[in-house]
Amino acid sequence: MSLRRAPGFWLLLAVTLAIGLLPIVTGNPMVRETLYTIYLAIALAGSLNIILGYTGYISFGHVVFFGLGGYVGLYLISSFNTSIWLAILAGGVAAGLLAFLLGSAILRLRGAYFALATIGINEAMRAFVNNFPPFGGPTGISLHFSVYQPYGGATQALWLDYGILVALTLASILLSYLVKSSKFGLGLMAIREDEDAAEVMGIHTTQSKTWAYLLSAIIPGMLGVLYYFKNSSIEPSDAFNLASSIELLVMVMLGGSGTVLGPVIGAAGYEILRGYLLLSRLFRDIQLTVSGLLLLLVVLFIPQGAVGWLTRRYPRLRQVII
Amino acid sequence: MRPKPLLRRVVILLIILSLAACSRPGEEQQALPENELRAVIGFTVSKTGSLNVESTRQTNGLELWIKQINEAGGIKLKDGRVVKFEAKFYDDESQKDRVQQLYTRLAIKDNAAFLVSPYSSGLADAAAVVAEQYSKIMITTGAASDSTYQRGFSMVYQVYSPASRYLTGAVDLLKAGDPAARRIAIIHENDKFSTDVANAVKAYAVDLGYEVVFFEGYDTGTSDFAPFINKIESSSPDAILGGGHFQDGTTFAKQLYEKQVAVKMVALLVAPPEDSFVEIGDAAQGIIGPSQWEPQVNFTAEGAAKQNLSYFGPSSAEFIAGYQALFQEAPTYHAAGGYAAGLILQQAIESTGSLDTVQIKAALDQMNIMTFFGHILFDTHPDSHGLQVGHSMVYIQWQGDPSLSLEKEVIWPLEGATAELVYPLR
Amino acid sequence: MQYLVDGLLIGCVYGLAAMGMTLIWGVMDVINLAHGIMITLGSFGVYLLATSLGMNPYLALIIAGAVGLLAGMGIYKIAIQKVLDTSHLSTLLATFSVNMILLGLATQAFSTNPRSLDIDLGSITIGSVTVQVTRLLAALVSVLIAAGLTLFLKRTTPGKYIRAITDNRAAAELVGIPSQRMLAFSFGLGTLLAVMAGGLIATFFPFTVLSGDAYQLKSFVIVVLGGLGNPIGALLGGLVLGVLEGILPAFMSTSWVPVIEFVLFVVILLFKPTGLFGVKK
Repeated sequence: MSLRRAPGFWLLLAVTLAIGLLPIVTGNPMVRETLYTIYLAIALAGSLNIILGYTGYISFGHVVFFGLGGYVGLYLISSFNTSIWLAILAGGVAAGLLAFLLGSAILRLRGAYFALATIGINEAMRAFVNNFPPFGGPTGISLHFSVYQPYGGATQALWLDYGILVALTLASILLSYLVKSSKFGLGLMAIREDEDAAEVMGIHTTQSKTWAYLLSAIIPGMLGVLYYFKNSSIEPSDAFNLASSIELLVMVMLGGSGTVLGPVIGAAGYEILRGYLLLSRLFRDIQLTVSGLLLLLVVLFIPQGAVGWLTRRYPRLRQVII
Repeated sequence: MRPKPLLRRVVILLIILSLAACSRPGEEQQALPENELRAVIGFTVSKTGSLNVESTRQTNGLELWIKQINEAGGIKLKDGRVVKFEAKFYDDESQKDRVQQLYTRLAIKDNAAFLVSPYSSGLADAAAVVAEQYSKIMITTGAASDSTYQRGFSMVYQVYSPASRYLTGAVDLLKAGDPAARRIAIIHENDKFSTDVANAVKAYAVDLGYEVVFFEGYDTGTSDFAPFINKIESSSPDAILGGGHFQDGTTFAKQLYEKQVAVKMVALLVAPPEDSFVEIGDAAQGIIGPSQWEPQVNFTAEGAAKQNLSYFGPSSAEFIAGYQALFQEAPTYHAAGGYAAGLILQQAIESTGSLDTVQIKAALDQMNIMTFFGHILFDTHPDSHGLQVGHSMVYIQWQGDPSLSLEKEVIWPLEGATAELVYPLR
Repeated sequence: MQYLVDGLLIGCVYGLAAMGMTLIWGVMDVINLAHGIMITLGSFGVYLLATSLGMNPYLALIIAGAVGLLAGMGIYKIAIQKVLDTSHLSTLLATFSVNMILLGLATQAFSTNPRSLDIDLGSITIGSVTVQVTRLLAALVSVLIAAGLTLFLKRTTPGKYIRAITDNRAAAELVGIPSQRMLAFSFGLGTLLAVMAGGLIATFFPFTVLSGDAYQLKSFVIVVLGGLGNPIGALLGGLVLGVLEGILPAFMSTSWVPVIEFVLFVVILLFKPTGLFGVKK
């Protein structure tokens, strides 16, 4: 499917852009904040999907790219007063580099072993940063409030941050689609279905997997910088929080892994649900249990995720849903 | 095996119903009397996660204040209106990212007039940024780290004694109890608060001529201190200072005792002032701990006058009685801190007669009062704005015969002490 | 020397916990993400039985273990059986959701207050080494249980069934082994081990509702060290980890130990995935 004949993709892009522009148009910070968490989740889940959904490799420690990017970015901003643009670029590059170096080593592993290796890397990184003085050790890096001055003050900086986030989210959707509809993506999915057969058929599996892993890491690296710039501080325990990685897995699965739309719906749905559960008086106190229950129900009964369920139920949607 | 279509539909229906049931909390629409205002005080509580116990106590203290002030008829403003207070809070799950989302909501959507921090330095630091970003006044309590006030904030005010002055009194105690002691081991949990405290104590001790023979951090969540204690032992310290929070402090004290380490003084953070600390049995004997507030220490109007300060708010006894009546348990310093946060706002509002942020901020900058919690004075230098410089820590020590009962005695400052330092600890 | 002994003793208990995870993994290729909460519940179970009924904690261990077995079988039937051979992601998320549910309920029931069983059995000093009796007992019990498990797997019929299913489930079913029942039982065994490890930990460490997570991470490392699916390997792996944790601090700041642990973990995964003691399948 070329870009021109993919109504589903353009529709998704347009809707994402429109909703993303909503707070900017109305100037409403509350809507912006709500959408911030949702769009962040969408971009992260979409990136994870490249290695998880398309290639079939369960990256359990994907948050390591987010955290590393954040650290690199904040380090540059706090020590050298770099601009946010340069910091974001650096974060993406650092994450990509890590993915490339690690990928060549651990992508040799299959299935559960790979998943474990990603956990090991995340934990090793966390423990390392915990001891690494330039990154602030256990207390992390805190930005002085004046870092927002070059952007016209905190309020302006927050809007800028959000704007870049929306742009990155659109980029992640675009990337996801480009990968899926390319020969490269076909190769990845062949690897997912049967790696040995793919190898036999002439696909350079090692190379493809490494590229997939790298591509899945760059945007999270950039997002890390954005997120921690907004929060104005970063600590090892939050930056490399394993539970966040698992949440990303849940989002991809909820929406339907291996599709472009799936992670978007999954991430949006998950974040909206969590938001409700946190605030609703009824569920406030038992939201962890309720989330777990809902997740179990989905895993047991709708494992193909929302997109999978929709396309099975209404096959005609298959032309539109990508 | 494909699941039966009916079962699937039921499951999906259930999911949708649960989503529908998660309705947004409805805004209570009560008709207020004409000249009455409601000011929302916004904060988050750690209802789940590791900070749950202390956070709940802090919230209780704040809620006690709100209840009492509302029952007393609220505060009268200059324009004749009366303001009563309402708490609005969410569960932050003891997590930083939730904190920022929720405080943003409190600031923008719930229109909080004032914000109070979550419990713990890490979370308070995260919340403070949001307060500053949206220009809301925030009173931090349950947060002792200095670093928050070095970040260029101007709207954030600290109730607790800061980390830099948290444990320095222990060195003073050591000096008073054993002038010949020279070797100090400093340990700390690898988190912002404990690290700040440890660094400050180290600097203070070195200044006073002590030799810091051991200085190391341990990761949050450590439960096996055996290797760590082995290392400490081989450095032969006279005193061990530091620690982290309740669980690690208690575990450390217990394991220190089990290994029969020959040390003459042990002062730990956060854990010893807790009443439940004594449950570790013999291991608790002689352990010292700094506390932001203890019921036995009585700040009075007379005492305040001697320091040329005015006294504001209820007495210790009144606070304790009110808390006991509402929550059926004795208040801890977390609760006292929560109450003090409200008290501080009250003084600022009463003295300006307005809720205007600029005026309240000016009042806070000038505040210099004595309360049941202690002396309240904020640093106003731009590089350390909001730091608490009036309040100081009280030190307790568990004393007595462990086979009978151990009692928590206040040993420092000398003016409020109920007993003398026991040195060496056993 | 003291460092070594401390490490060995705690390593036995770590190993016991990891055995539960490796058993489940080996038998049905499922990484049990609810492992941590089961350890926690084991701690709480023994704690509650000991404090409210005044039961001897070591006796309470047996009861807790039995409950753990049944609970595990229940969890298998409800959450795992359906998604067993579908995809790794499904089973991972299934066990993770069980973890969330149990953690949420446990937090409601117990709050995050730390608990501890104040058991003081004194200490024994041999030469330059002082050892707490509680830790010594815990290590002994762990080894006993491990031995019991190995005997069970090697000598008894259900044990043989489990080994058969691990080797080749289809073939096992062909010869009439009730695989689903055995799978449920295996899962239950895995949780039993986790629960008992938790109970033992409660005898000498304080714990909270969240304590299990750290042990779960250690279990990952140990399972890989010892070889997936190899219970004795897990015990040995636990000893290795325990000794590392005990000795390394003598040479470096304690907070570097996790870095070493996890780097070692990744290195073993890369170069010897069958583990230090693993057998080639």
